[in-house]
Amino acid sequence: MSLELRGITKSFGALVANDGIDLRVETGEIHAILGENGAGKSTLMNIVYGLVAPDSGHILVNDVEKVIKEPSDALASGIGMVHQHFMLVPVFTVAENIVLGHEKSGFAGRLDLNDVRARIKEVSDRFNFDVNPDDLIEGLPVGVQQRVEIIRALIYDAKVLILDEPTAVLTPQETDDLLKIMKELKNQGTSIIFITHKLREVKAVADRITIIRRGKVVGNASPDASQDELASLMVGRPVELVPKKNPHPIGSAILAVKDLTIRDITGRPLVNKVNFDVKAGEVLAIAGVQGNGQSEVARAMVNLESHVEGSIVLDGKEIIGLSVRDSLREGIAFVPESRELDGLIASMSIAENLILDLHDMPPYAKGIQMSPATVLSEAEKRKVEFDIRLQSVQDPISSLSGGNKQKVVLARELSRPVKMLVASQPTRGLDVGSIEFVHKRILDERDAGRAVILFSTELDEVLALADRIAVMYRGEILAIVPAGVSAQELGLLMAGVVHA
Amino acid sequence: MPKLTLRRPSLRALTLPALSFLLAMFFGGLLISFSDSTVLKHIGHPIAFVKAAGVAVWQSYLALFQGSIYNPSLATPHDSLLAWYPLSETLVSAAPLILAGLAVALAFRAGLFNIGAQGQFIFGSIAASYVGFHFHLPVGLHVVIAIIAAVIAGALWGGLVGLLKARTGAHEVIVTIMLNYVALYFLMWLLGTTAFLRPGRRDPISPDVLPSAKLPLLAGNNYRANLGIFIAIAAAIFVWWLLSRSTWGFRFRAVGANTAAAKTAGISVPFVMTSVMAISGALAGLGGAVHVLGSDFSLTSGTAGNFGFDAITVALLGRAQPMGTVFASLLFGALRAGGGTMQANTSTPIDIVLVIQALVVLFIAAPSVVKWVFRLKNLKTTGELAAKGWNG
Repeated sequence: MSLELRGITKSFGALVANDGIDLRVETGEIHAILGENGAGKSTLMNIVYGLVAPDSGHILVNDVEKVIKEPSDALASGIGMVHQHFMLVPVFTVAENIVLGHEKSGFAGRLDLNDVRARIKEVSDRFNFDVNPDDLIEGLPVGVQQRVEIIRALIYDAKVLILDEPTAVLTPQETDDLLKIMKELKNQGTSIIFITHKLREVKAVADRITIIRRGKVVGNASPDASQDELASLMVGRPVELVPKKNPHPIGSAILAVKDLTIRDITGRPLVNKVNFDVKAGEVLAIAGVQGNGQSEVARAMVNLESHVEGSIVLDGKEIIGLSVRDSLREGIAFVPESRELDGLIASMSIAENLILDLHDMPPYAKGIQMSPATVLSEAEKRKVEFDIRLQSVQDPISSLSGGNKQKVVLARELSRPVKMLVASQPTRGLDVGSIEFVHKRILDERDAGRAVILFSTELDEVLALADRIAVMYRGEILAIVPAGVSAQELGLLMAGVVHA
Repeated sequence: MPKLTLRRPSLRALTLPALSFLLAMFFGGLLISFSDSTVLKHIGHPIAFVKAAGVAVWQSYLALFQGSIYNPSLATPHDSLLAWYPLSETLVSAAPLILAGLAVALAFRAGLFNIGAQGQFIFGSIAASYVGFHFHLPVGLHVVIAIIAAVIAGALWGGLVGLLKARTGAHEVIVTIMLNYVALYFLMWLLGTTAFLRPGRRDPISPDVLPSAKLPLLAGNNYRANLGIFIAIAAAIFVWWLLSRSTWGFRFRAVGANTAAAKTAGISVPFVMTSVMAISGALAGLGGAVHVLGSDFSLTSGTAGNFGFDAITVALLGRAQPMGTVFASLLFGALRAGGGTMQANTSTPIDIVLVIQALVVLFIAAPSVVKWVFRLKNLKTTGELAAKGWNG
């Protein structure tokens, strides 16, 4: 089935999200739509799926114009969508979720799931999804939940499948699995619209690439285009995808971690006797698939974990047992894994978020009286220094894009006297331009002689930034390898394979 | 140049409460019409019915106004100002309510749902009353000591809740509901002890506080209006300053809006929970003091009336903003003061006031109804305020 968009335009107030977009997706192709956050990709797809009404433009399915006012119209036309945030009921089973909205009653009004169960099995077998219709959603890994969403679309006869940033929430393994699934779907005749800003994935699966910038189609590319070409089309200027890393003298150890064990509330160890050190002017990357204990190690660096044994010595001082506040003030800059949950307070202003840590210190406060004027003027300085794109520092933080939010976190954490930077998944969900900024900033800290620990699940990021790489697997450090290691070798280590 | 304000005040924030009140008055009018026997006689004749209904509603709301703000028939040839007597009554009932409402609003802003203003109010009343009738102290000093005692009693009773939540994770809603009962029954037990029983009485009522412990009157002996209303407004200014200009308030708001991020940035969440509940309790306790030292003078088992529960309503109506809470409390104080007059002068029962109060809250909690009725599109809805404290 082919899908064509002609002259789709949509404005939100003064912002033109989509400006006369033309797009054609052929039967059985994977068509990538590449663009930075805020370029208008999601708006365009929400229009196709009937979630947003366009100001003007036409949607043609198999060259026949269709009016799509609601998702049910889209589904009836054979268009299915898997959202970035899954629309699943956690306490329902796979089958119950899929049947939702299309329930059939059996004897005496009993919910009849036999049909849908059989169809899930059939689809799952056909594409090697490995999904059991009777599993509870809440017990499934994110990658499998996503497959449930795909099955739902397929069962309701989607011939064109829209995947909105599908890999944003996946681990590298799950991403590889998804890319395989996409190819398999394509081979069996499904068209896929793949919304993303990740160049490697685009090059791996796309047949054609349309690049959108500021609401307009700025170009088409074939998958043979280099990552640099794609990135500069997307951002609108040349981009340094792999940051320049200067050779740099490495100093003495700033941080020494010995026999660090972290337990969960039941006493089960999540991290087991981990040892490492980080030297001044060095980036130590702690790599690993999500959920192997890295998050806990990162949080333990500022005493956010409660059941911790062992020792963490920063610049000659044991810091285990300090309050979070005192840990930070010992000279640790901490970029938490989730900026939305742990890094920022959505309803507070940008200026206030910039001083969450130092709000009770001069110059922001004298005694308990705060100085709003200083808070604002300092925020203006951070805005310039960290190139935070904002309208007013008094706007709520929720008005910013992901990249700018992360800049606020960095600006806050690096505005204290810092000996060590602990950055946990610092570029997760960011676009190319912002990633470039964050990477550069991390290397700047290294070059300024600070110790940097980078926790990351992204292979490319680890390889680009690290001086040494520690790989975590099931709560232990499997190996610490030098920066020159190959991506393949690192991937194997992350999967827990140690070879002699 | 950066401006000096951290928070831009918004007139639009008043739209929803104002429209909700209007809508509640409308439904109140319908109820008045349908509960009035004279109006119902005309049920068969639409025009006469509407006319009679209009008269009944007008008379009721006029009586409400006359009972709460200005009633010319109270003026005497010697003293025309007496017509303002009802306004004095409104202020008397609003003052304790403002303080209890501020207690709830402050806790709201820190993400805590303080249902316990009633209990904290009771402890404040007990402390103020005991100091007021038991000790003999100089004029001026006596009332100050009584107030301080009430503030401390309320702070301890409220702080206990924060401490329990911080240390054990006990949900403040459950704890405060239970502590309300403890406070009430403690009061009833106290009233049976010789220390609190009024000499010569066998029913549970404490002695009046000594004149030196009473709050000064504002407009002479003809009016009950007293310093309490100024204490309440001062407290509102204090809460505004605390929330928007102090480091403590910054922490309260941070913890209220995102506990995890506040913790990650080094803010001590247990300390915030304990201190915000202590300050909240202190405000409610101060409300108890203003009530006992300003207008009631003695303790009975019904001393706290409904203040601690209406406090939740006014905090909600005032959007958990200090000045909003003041205005909401004045409105409720007026409804309370005027309700009696309305019942006496017309056939409308005082309960209609409760219905109006309840409807106002209902509409605020369900803003889409108001938006639909008034055909508003861009009204900012913050109905989440009502439910927020529950998931903490």
